[in-house]
Amino acid sequence: MINPIISGIVATFDRDNIDTDQIIPTEYLKSIKKFGFGDFLFDGWRYLDEGRLDMTSEDRSKNYDFILNKEPYTKSQILLTRDNFGCGSSREHAVWALRDFGFKAVIASSFGDIFYNNCFKNSVLPIKLTIEEINHLFEITAASPISFEIDLVKKAIKYDQVSSYSFDVKESLLERIIHNLDDVDITLKHKEQIEAYELSRRQQRPWLFDYSN
Amino acid sequence: MPVTLYDKLWNEHLVQTDENNESLIYIDRHYLHEVTSPQAFEGLRRKHLTPWRLDANVATPDHNVPTDRGNKFEAESIKDEVSKIQVVELDKNCNNFGIRQFDITSSKQGIVHVMGPELGYTLPGMTIVCGDSHTSTHGAFGCLAMGIGTSEVEHVLATQCLKITKLKNMQVNFHGQPRTGVTSKDIILHLIKLIGTAGGTGHAIEFSGPYTSLASMESRMTICNMAIEAGAKVGLVAVDSTTLDYVKQHSNLSDSMFDEASQYWKTLNSDRDANFDKVINIDVSEIKPQVTWGTSPEMTIDFDAKVPSQEDIDEVNLENLLLAKAYMGLEKSHTLQDLNFDKIFIGSCTNSRIEDLRAAANAVKGKRISKSIIEAIVVPGSGMVKAQAEEEGLDKIFIDAGFLWRDPGCSMCLGMNPDQLKPYERCASTSNRNFEGRQGNLGRTHLMSPLMAALTAINGKITDPS
Repeated sequence: MINPIISGIVATFDRDNIDTDQIIPTEYLKSIKKFGFGDFLFDGWRYLDEGRLDMTSEDRSKNYDFILNKEPYTKSQILLTRDNFGCGSSREHAVWALRDFGFKAVIASSFGDIFYNNCFKNSVLPIKLTIEEINHLFEITAASPISFEIDLVKKAIKYDQVSSYSFDVKESLLERIIHNLDDVDITLKHKEQIEAYELSRRQQRPWLFDYSN
Repeated sequence: MPVTLYDKLWNEHLVQTDENNESLIYIDRHYLHEVTSPQAFEGLRRKHLTPWRLDANVATPDHNVPTDRGNKFEAESIKDEVSKIQVVELDKNCNNFGIRQFDITSSKQGIVHVMGPELGYTLPGMTIVCGDSHTSTHGAFGCLAMGIGTSEVEHVLATQCLKITKLKNMQVNFHGQPRTGVTSKDIILHLIKLIGTAGGTGHAIEFSGPYTSLASMESRMTICNMAIEAGAKVGLVAVDSTTLDYVKQHSNLSDSMFDEASQYWKTLNSDRDANFDKVINIDVSEIKPQVTWGTSPEMTIDFDAKVPSQEDIDEVNLENLLLAKAYMGLEKSHTLQDLNFDKIFIGSCTNSRIEDLRAAANAVKGKRISKSIIEAIVVPGSGMVKAQAEEEGLDKIFIDAGFLWRDPGCSMCLGMNPDQLKPYERCASTSNRNFEGRQGNLGRTHLMSPLMAALTAINGKITDPS
């Protein structure tokens, strides 16, 4: 079980429709590994030069106007943004890059469907709040860097000493993060059911099993 | 109770639903390519698993492949070392696990969403997944098709199922007769402009109405392909005689098997009184050719309209507008027709089928591309599209006009191979995403139809097609 409290500095991205191409550009999708994408997170905004897979953050010319290049945001664990975060390409590398950088939660008014699913496979919690709540959190975070405390069990974001917003997320998805569960293992417990379904399908829709090539 | 096409497909493939309302859906077809599969195969190996049903899987390399391959090209010939590793890795994984692959040397290789249907691997009523968001393309065949992440690629390989929750239903009715020069690409771009890139989030969109019924399979695929740009990971069109004619021509099924299957396929439509959570009606006769001006597919306008400025927009969107205009170098431009273009890209899983190439070729026949165009490339979607186009002499028309005629692949849609924009180059592109850096670092993408891209090549500027 992981620590069910996420506590850390909030980095803010005040724009809608941040697509997965911005979260991690195509060039880095050439990796065949599942880790090591943190240095390429938001690459186009974070650096002034063009990068390659064999480079690290140290080799690059940084854009110091970009929030993740400023202290204390280099250690951010929570990302606050607006509408439709993670839209576009299905690349799970986008979640891997957020995770590898150190982000554990993303708060937004909505998410791209595929990105949202991908998050739960990699222990990154996507949190949906209303537009009013998001507006309020942007106001709070505007003046100076602050930390939020997210309680996965209580499903609440504590944004100052006394106040918090509660959020809704499917319990079973949350369980996957808290207990680091693997979907393949869970599904294979239903092996016999899948086999039975497949057998009946083979009889009812034989053309799906007939393709010779 | 009357049900939608999406509901029918869902019910047909439902293995089980648990107490958390998460369902296991059986997957009939799994397409694989080199970019989103290596980590999934590695996951299988780590768990000592093998694919659940080998014959459900079909693979091809498309994202990384160079498009100036010519003859006798093989994976080892790829100059970019990391791209080469990925293509070679797909070869190894398919060989080791026994998965059918149309590899880089195959005459049938192509963009997986172009290749699959034309080889008959996409059949009506299937559930189809691929580690690529444009898998929605196959919904044109009355399939429940969607893009998935790499963890889900591994899950489908291992279990033949996807663990998901049911989407809501949205219906988009296209009626009316499109004007001259207006294509399926303009119609889907118009829809995205209207409902936004999050307009279909959480929904499966069924495209229907008289326009859709009359549309070719190629046009339906273009529309379903970009459902994801409207936020919907699933796009659908009901099965009709157009679908069956296409499948009969492209599948390897025996006549008796085809006839048996057709009886079922003909039921793949929404019941007359089926309930949709959202319904949108669009008169396509009011649509002009569409071109994107910004860095999101919803930033679309009529080709002759004014680029939005601060006065046109509410405060919330101001930041998005200013960032997009700055990136696109549009601070001073009033209309898109003022702009000078540098490159032309005709291709991608959205618009690289034979119908697209015919439309573009027709517009450039006997003409020359503008001297101001640095490079204009045509990248057919697959080996079969390429061969068909060459048989019709389209390659000669393009080459005579000054275009480069390339080998199949995703190419400049995402610039993972050497086909890329240089910083600040402006491109007329028939692809699906105008995101920052999508076609190359700091490149500027304007999405449009193959016809509009072809006319832009000839005139160097956006041109009225009528």
